[in-house]
Amino acid sequence: MSINRLKGGLIDHDAPLNFSFDGKKYEGRAGDTLASALLANGVRLMGRSFKYHRPRGVLSAGSEEPNALVELRTSARKEPNTRATGVELFDGLEAKSQNRVGSLAFDALGVNDLFQRFFAAGFYYKTFMWPAPFWEKVYEPMIRYAAGLGSISFQDDPDLYDKGFLHCDLLIVGAGPAGLAAALTAGRAGARVILAEEDYCLGGRLNAERQPLEDISGPEWVAKTQAELASMDNVRIMARTTIFGAFDHGVYGAVERAADHLGVPAADKPREVLWRIYSKKTLLCSGAIERPIAFEKNDRPGVMLAGAVRAYANRWAATAAEDVVVFTNNDDGHKTAGDLRAKGVNVPAVIDVRQGVSVAGETEILTGATIVDTKGRLGVKSVTVRLADGKTREIPCGAVAVSGGWNPNVGLTCHQNGRPAWNETIQAFGPGERLPVGQSVAGAANGDMSTHAALTGGAQGAVEALEALGISAKPAEVPAAEDAPVSITPYWHVAGAKRAWVDFQNDITVKDVKLAHQEGYRSVELLKRYTTMGMATDQGKTANVTGLAIMAELTGKPIPETGTTLFRPPYTPVAMGALAGRSVGKEFHPTRLTPSHKWAEEQGAAFVEVGNWMRAQYFPRKGETHWRQSVDREVLATRGSVGVCDVTTLGKIDVQGADAATFLNKIYANAFAKLPVGKVRYGLMLREDGIAYDDGTAARLAEDHFVVTTTTANAVLVYRNMEFARQCLYPELDVQLISTTEAWAQYAVAGPNARKLLQKIVDPAFDISNEAFPFMGCGEITVCGGLRARLFRISFSGELAYEIAVPTRYGDALMRRLMAEGKEFDVTPYGTEALGVMRIEKGHAAGAELNGTTTALNLGLGRMVSKKKDCIGNVLSEREGMAAPDGLALVGLRPLSSATIPAGSHLMAATGPIDAKHDQGYVTSAAYSPVLKTGIGLGFLKDGSNRMGETLRAVNPLEGGEVKVEVVSAHFVDPEGGRVRD
Amino acid sequence: MLIPHPLLGLRDAAEFTYLGDAALIERPEGDIENAQDVFHNYLFLRDNPAGEHRELWFHEQGDRSWLVVTRNTVTHEIIKAELARDVAIQKGRST
Amino acid sequence: MTDLTAIPPLGGTQPLVEKIGDIGIVEVIDRALASIAVRAGQDAALSELMASKFEIGLPEAGQCLETKPSRIWWMGPGQWMMDGDHDSREDLAAELKAALGDVASVTEQTDGWCRFDVSGSDLSEMFARLCGLDFAALKSGAATRTLLHHQGCFVILSELGASVLGPRSSAGSLHHALVAAAKSVA
Repeated sequence: MSINRLKGGLIDHDAPLNFSFDGKKYEGRAGDTLASALLANGVRLMGRSFKYHRPRGVLSAGSEEPNALVELRTSARKEPNTRATGVELFDGLEAKSQNRVGSLAFDALGVNDLFQRFFAAGFYYKTFMWPAPFWEKVYEPMIRYAAGLGSISFQDDPDLYDKGFLHCDLLIVGAGPAGLAAALTAGRAGARVILAEEDYCLGGRLNAERQPLEDISGPEWVAKTQAELASMDNVRIMARTTIFGAFDHGVYGAVERAADHLGVPAADKPREVLWRIYSKKTLLCSGAIERPIAFEKNDRPGVMLAGAVRAYANRWAATAAEDVVVFTNNDDGHKTAGDLRAKGVNVPAVIDVRQGVSVAGETEILTGATIVDTKGRLGVKSVTVRLADGKTREIPCGAVAVSGGWNPNVGLTCHQNGRPAWNETIQAFGPGERLPVGQSVAGAANGDMSTHAALTGGAQGAVEALEALGISAKPAEVPAAEDAPVSITPYWHVAGAKRAWVDFQNDITVKDVKLAHQEGYRSVELLKRYTTMGMATDQGKTANVTGLAIMAELTGKPIPETGTTLFRPPYTPVAMGALAGRSVGKEFHPTRLTPSHKWAEEQGAAFVEVGNWMRAQYFPRKGETHWRQSVDREVLATRGSVGVCDVTTLGKIDVQGADAATFLNKIYANAFAKLPVGKVRYGLMLREDGIAYDDGTAARLAEDHFVVTTTTANAVLVYRNMEFARQCLYPELDVQLISTTEAWAQYAVAGPNARKLLQKIVDPAFDISNEAFPFMGCGEITVCGGLRARLFRISFSGELAYEIAVPTRYGDALMRRLMAEGKEFDVTPYGTEALGVMRIEKGHAAGAELNGTTTALNLGLGRMVSKKKDCIGNVLSEREGMAAPDGLALVGLRPLSSATIPAGSHLMAATGPIDAKHDQGYVTSAAYSPVLKTGIGLGFLKDGSNRMGETLRAVNPLEGGEVKVEVVSAHFVDPEGGRVRD
Repeated sequence: MLIPHPLLGLRDAAEFTYLGDAALIERPEGDIENAQDVFHNYLFLRDNPAGEHRELWFHEQGDRSWLVVTRNTVTHEIIKAELARDVAIQKGRST
Repeated sequence: MTDLTAIPPLGGTQPLVEKIGDIGIVEVIDRALASIAVRAGQDAALSELMASKFEIGLPEAGQCLETKPSRIWWMGPGQWMMDGDHDSREDLAAELKAALGDVASVTEQTDGWCRFDVSGSDLSEMFARLCGLDFAALKSGAATRTLLHHQGCFVILSELGASVLGPRSSAGSLHHALVAAAKSVA
């Protein structure tokens, strides 16, 4: 039997659930949280503190919890730092305490507590300064081991997470009395409403209080209201959903814990959903968070917030102990005493710091009294009270219910730089003037602390929010409810305490605040950073106001003048899995497959990721044990007979219009206006600053029709820039653009037998002889019995070559046909590696050379840049430094030994120092040339064009090593370029 | 952020690519005097206002329109959004 | 006719058909596509030709018109996409170009795209897990391009459900995203 289980509440006493904590088995009830179930089982000790490893128990009953953080679940599903107060109990739940060495009851690092004076604020900064190398190797690992929170599993998360998008007129954050009244109002008016509640039950404090709403209980009114809301198609009720951030323009972030209350989510269903909510208006009904009073050793398990003690009793039928002392500075504390007694819990004393307070029915009230000490190693056993007359009295108890007043929960009002404002009546910060666009606040979050005020404020808030949208609404009629004014005397900490905690999660005491003050860190922002107060995962929800109030007291300034720090998203921690959503593993990004992918897979190709594309890298054959063997074979076979390569990934942009040629003249550095129909030209694109950024070809299919190709990597960027030029720079031109990259399967067919192979598939009506279809020719043809195709006689390999394009759906069949028809020529498919080798053998620039720092002049293409026309990049390409005659020039490099040249090496003189000052240039691309049977390289060398034959060193200081190289022409193979014209 | 597309209404900023100052529309002609200086100013010298800023956004995952968005860089309020092509024509970049 | 065999974007021998709960996801391969972009100053002429030759109008931004046997939807200012039956009008672009002449630029788009038709009693929950469109507020005839699984995709609503057109090369990824979303809400 659970020793601290009470009667009643909103749990199902007939539905037992088994769970374990630190390996020990317990029984809870459906409707319990892990925290309430532990309390009901007499477990007060739930964790160890961050710095001092002090025993800690649960403080609160909500998401503000700083202490009761556990590791939930096991193995790959282990989730550290989970607040026990938010964990909905399920059968078979396993949880462990964290931040301990040894058992929870005897934590070996509890010894830290004995050295507490060393762990005060600023301790690390002052202490671990010397010797400097010790920080990384010794101090930091040691501190990280001792401090910190839970541990992760280091295994892949087996569960799914979704992302989603929702739209609404009114987002209501929080389904307490204000939120429910607002939802009723807006729902009845027909507005699209989202009602988000972090708890698994709607109702908020209504579930935790005993006062009726007119003639029914709070939970009964909640159930009735929920039923009506659920019947409305225009209202979306989202329980277990935390609105964690308020972003620009009414966008809110939300996490729905769709399956966190189950041991394992159902198949194919997400554990959590990360929602982006587009709201026209938002009503924040997030309630209030109680704050503790700092007193001597107020961190012992059993010292809890009074409102939480009341909630555990009323909603969860659980109490932390049989004897509970109340410590308060306001009337709300007395409510807890009354409710506990009604549940049969003994309240030996209500200690009220206020003088001369009397409360109806309260007999054990000690006014003008404070708690000056507590006892009990693993949980409070007694409190020592200093009475109004100065005498002390020790009162045995198992729990202390503390109320220092309630802070409106203004976290989401701050996310767009809003600053909370001090509210004198309730002695707390409420929402400031500047709220996120479209947001308003109602209920306790707005400082309206009574249930009546929350109900009416919520209804009225909804009316006003909808009015701004042109939706007229009538405030929902609300039941008569408790409407007591807030009666509070500010009281932050008990003077003279040696160790009184302010921020439980980061282990910050009153003394730390005093130390910060003493050392001059007096602004709240500095106080926060010096002490780390409010910087734990709870963002100081129960700590910040107390901390800054103490600072105000020390500086002698009023609290509003002292100010407060801001809350930032996320309101509560968000799981990494939810942020990643479905974009994990091989779905991290879309995978683009080429038309010949399936065929290439059948050939056993090795693939390489190029952007999102999967490209065949090489095609290993039986007996080949090293990629170089395959690549060398593919190069030699292509240069010797014929090879085929899938080049579909190159960007293709269709350019049409009466002014298409004029347009291309603007975007290419070289001239296109006079390109005849049926011809292709190589083109170089510059950025406006004169740097070369992409190259490709433009084929003129008609007077008013070009097909532009781009590099694979820059396809998106070039299209974007071309649209910029079309829409923003030259809107007068008649030109239209559209990408056709995916529409056409395109294959390079290269080698001396390329034409012979193509003649076997090109329909006889089309003459592709050298005379009829010369180098740089292009045309629309048909293949394989009438299939429309495009043929371009262009060559990247330096061989007689074509690129042939057919509609993508036929790409697979065309590749198979080319292989079948090419058997007699021993046709060889080649991948990106062989493609790369052959282009280096030809000295063709690629991404490594068009690297964002090089100009046309550097690339040896200076003469291409037309001086006769205005094109993008033309003017600035002639800037003094970029046009220097002795600047970097593209050269070929040949090792003087059998070594290969590491790409990325820097070029230094044959002798002399190796340093940046003597840098002559660098190697951009390198390969082994199976044709020349030697390593070769391309690189940029100062004044390179005039240095043929010179010997240099290619040095690689990063990996070590240097290679002697000779500067040669970049055209290693067929330098005259005769083959492409054969 | 949400961008009020002049043709399509509010669209998530995730659909857009940002470029920068809308002054980039006003590209000088290449054959003018002091072209180097003028282009240097055009390309590299930018105002960085704390307040209203006219900037270029490309609806890359949408209708492929370039927009001129007037945005307050302090509050992120978007005051208006226009088709950049219309702006360019108004600025005389048209015959 | 060519003797080359076409394959569907997902690479099977037949278009893939999935049923998840009451949500159907069908790979559609029987549509030819061509883009139509109006030439400078030819807006009225293009409208007239489209009406007279194809009995179809030019839809406004965000809209799709369906006049059997074709759909036409707005892609961007001055640009539309039209489809037609693939078997009988495979070279739709050539057909359109012949009809429209210098009034418009026409570009073949048939294999630039993969298309999945999604049907079911309530698709708004499924699409809420896929893209930022206010799907529930969209009506039949809405057509818009939006970000869906990191890619710009057209989402077109008809009486029968929604068509999603995405880049053909990543058909597998798009299909996976659609199936995953359907399973999440089914």
